[in-house]
Amino acid sequence: MISQHQHRHENDCQEVLSHLNDYIDGELSPELCMELEAHLAVCQDCRVVFDTLSKTLYLVHKLRESPPELPETVEYRLFAVMNLEQFVPKKRK
Amino acid sequence: MTGIEIDLDIYPDEASLVEALKSGDPEACACMIKQYAPRVYAIAIRMLNDPDDAEEVLQETFISACKNIKKFEERSALGTWLHRIATNAALMHLRKRKRREVSLDEPIETQGGDDVYREVQDWTFSPDDHAMNSEIRDILEKAIAELPETLRTVFVLREIEGYSTEETAQILGISVSAAKVRLHRARLRLRQLLSPYFT
Ligand SMILES: [Zn+2]
Repeated sequence: MISQHQHRHENDCQEVLSHLNDYIDGELSPELCMELEAHLAVCQDCRVVFDTLSKTLYLVHKLRESPPELPETVEYRLFAVMNLEQFVPKKRK
Repeated sequence: MTGIEIDLDIYPDEASLVEALKSGDPEACACMIKQYAPRVYAIAIRMLNDPDDAEEVLQETFISACKNIKKFEERSALGTWLHRIATNAALMHLRKRKRREVSLDEPIETQGGDDVYREVQDWTFSPDDHAMNSEIRDILEKAIAELPETLRTVFVLREIEGYSTEETAQILGISVSAAKVRLHRARLRLRQLLSPYFT
């Protein structure tokens, strides 16, 4: 009986995991949403995965606002390739 | 602003910048590059994970943009148009690279739930407490770079460039369901890659 219960629980976790992305993207049907939320309320493992996944995406979306720096040498070469050397200062710094 | 100094206020709005670009004004070209090169380079470096290839894509993007500016119909923003050119150029590089390396392309391993729970512990780290400091940035960029290419391209287009799942699928020439599967795996993988830093 216990093992059966355990097994069932794991199946639920697999199912929740497979729907997690649709849930995050707001593409899950209301019924499945309710089921998923009910599971998250009682299953700490899944809740942790959900929380950390949300945090990960939160941070990733922040990258959007701050692109990695364009190295100065790359910028100089780009201006050279584009025949825009007139805009490049003769002496750097 | 670092690097080459260009007065970005010469053109009061995008329409006048585009008009000047279409008339072949080099100052407009310099202006466009100053304004958009960082974003274009960002797409390229994240997609390709290689500074030399990224620089080539950067140059190709602006060469192509200047050559084709007359075809730009202003139905979208200039930035969006440039992103699309950059994305296509980056994909061309990936295909070239693939041909070069025959088939080192990593098969998409079936990653079930077991893996995900291997190290289930909550993160003490709370993103709200931290501004996007450079340490977190570096960790994130490194983790994204570590994603296998098939996952990384979908992830970058969808999560960083902000394309929809449908657009991402279309750009990559894969089905929407394939894009969803890859995105799902990429997200979980990234979460896993970040776990050691945030526990
Ligand atoms: Zn669970």
